[in-house]
Amino acid sequence: MNAGVAVSHPALARPAWLDRLRHRPIALAIVGLGLLAAVLVAGVAIGSVAVAPADTLAILAHRLLGWPVEATWPASAETIVVELRLPRVLMAMGVGVGLSLAGVTLQGLLRNPLADPYVLGTASGAALGAAVALLVPIQFALLGFGLVHILAFGGALAAVTAVYRVSRLGALNSLTSVLLTGYAIGSLLAAGLAITMYLSGTNLRQIFFYLLGSFSLASWPQVAVGLPLIALGSAVILTRARSLNGLLLGEEMAAHFGLDVRRERMVLLGAASLVTAAAVAMSGLIGFVGLVVPHLVRLVTGPNARALLPLSAIYGAAFLGLADLLARLPGELPVGVVTGVIGAPFFLYVLRRYRGGYEL
Amino acid sequence: MSGADLELRGVTLDYGVRRAVDGVSLHVGSGEMVALLGPNGAGKSSLMRCITGLATRRAGTVLIDGVPLEEYDRAVLARRVAVVPGQTHVAFPMRVEELVALGRVPHEHPWLGPRARDRAWIEAAIERVGIADLRGRDVRELSLGERQLVVLAMAVAQGPQLLLLDEPTVHLDLRHQVAVMELLRDLSTRDGVTVLAVLHDVSLASHFFPRLLLLDRGRLLADGTPGAVLTPARIRTAYGVDPALVAVARPV
Repeated sequence: MNAGVAVSHPALARPAWLDRLRHRPIALAIVGLGLLAAVLVAGVAIGSVAVAPADTLAILAHRLLGWPVEATWPASAETIVVELRLPRVLMAMGVGVGLSLAGVTLQGLLRNPLADPYVLGTASGAALGAAVALLVPIQFALLGFGLVHILAFGGALAAVTAVYRVSRLGALNSLTSVLLTGYAIGSLLAAGLAITMYLSGTNLRQIFFYLLGSFSLASWPQVAVGLPLIALGSAVILTRARSLNGLLLGEEMAAHFGLDVRRERMVLLGAASLVTAAAVAMSGLIGFVGLVVPHLVRLVTGPNARALLPLSAIYGAAFLGLADLLARLPGELPVGVVTGVIGAPFFLYVLRRYRGGYEL
Repeated sequence: MSGADLELRGVTLDYGVRRAVDGVSLHVGSGEMVALLGPNGAGKSSLMRCITGLATRRAGTVLIDGVPLEEYDRAVLARRVAVVPGQTHVAFPMRVEELVALGRVPHEHPWLGPRARDRAWIEAAIERVGIADLRGRDVRELSLGERQLVVLAMAVAQGPQLLLLDEPTVHLDLRHQVAVMELLRDLSTRDGVTVLAVLHDVSLASHFFPRLLLLDRGRLLADGTPGAVLTPARIRTAYGVDPALVAVARPV
């Protein structure tokens, strides 16, 4: 036996229960949906004005499912639940779905465990767009959307399009060049953001608030426009499990498996970019969700996208719903701070405990 | 499964101004087992990339069962032709059985995924290649030899009629080289799969392959039995060394 090999590749320290779960994706999905429902109720019930759990359930059953429940709760409770908290919780969950699926997609497409939804410049594009919008002395709002949302959405899509064009995706084997181009264009946009912030004066705090991410301004009109965009991109990604599996061994093997690699890459990149742009436009830059959730799910289920995609969507929604709840408990913290504070140590613990052993 | 018929007519490939493959014509019949030899830079891998469709030819035709490569639907082609690369990079933690299962990607339903038939193919491939004891292991923990067997099992699960391999024994020790060679011979004789493999090791090729192709500077220098192809003069031309040929008893 070669001692050097034994030291560098110790056996995976996986507990037996984790191994059993690997072949039970349906059970994992049911547990995840239960968790999601619990987070939904808690997210709507808990806040500066507490609504009794029984009232919360009754209001949700009445308003969401149309159950004929007699209204025994105060009218103010119904307003708080339905008009303020429900859109916020739904938006947090929708963004959680979108960022997790975009993370799975970009990690798979770029075959890079460090990839996240923001890796191709969407984050810096959205940030610059939002910062510019906050500087421009034009104020308008359409369906709950201001210039900030529109420029953030446009900035994210413009940035990823630029990366895509510049890196000349025509040839195979150009994924390294995509990553490097994403980094270069991201740095350029970050410089633009720095100048904008320098010039912003009193608006600096607002820009900062946006950069850290928040669902505090969520409203039904935003949900009505933003969530369908996320749902559309997510649906496209969810139907592409076979392509992501085929890409696991690289683009050349994917071609040998009969995939139209160029088309699949366009479709997957386009869907992931749409979802990410919609997410950042609604809620700012929320880090860690799109990186950590796919890795944690992959650790349990393995790399098969048929399990990885739906489970990442479910657990991503529950995770971000819970993170937003924690963010508003002490007042109003930026949710990006909470995802980082929970996500980073948990991720490090899991990596140490189970030795993901990524080859880079 | 039965084998596919492969024919090349005047296949030519340029990399910029350099001609990598220069008018290669050959025919590999159904169920034949052929090794492609040649020095570094002779164009072996380039020729393989012409056959798998990864490289765009300058001229010439590649016919599989008499039909030009370009006329195939890529999904149909992937169900007939399996490719084993020299090395496989695995980016995420993946188990042996999960990697073998990727061989069914060309066959499985795009939305419903693998069905009982696909799972039967995966099981059969794992059994046949003899890697049942590795199935739950992480691919990246394996030795290079074991990893190559796993990739071969993936290609077997693909159920190909034509198996194309690019230096499948590079980095492997003697035991694994022989295991790979015996598996290829078994696929060719028992299932009638057509096998075309790029090989570096001239002795290994002449020992296991009934027919060799010798490529030099993009041209086909010789085509025939090991005895006919590997003359001292040709080896001197192609490899620039004086060989010491030792006759070895040929296996039945």
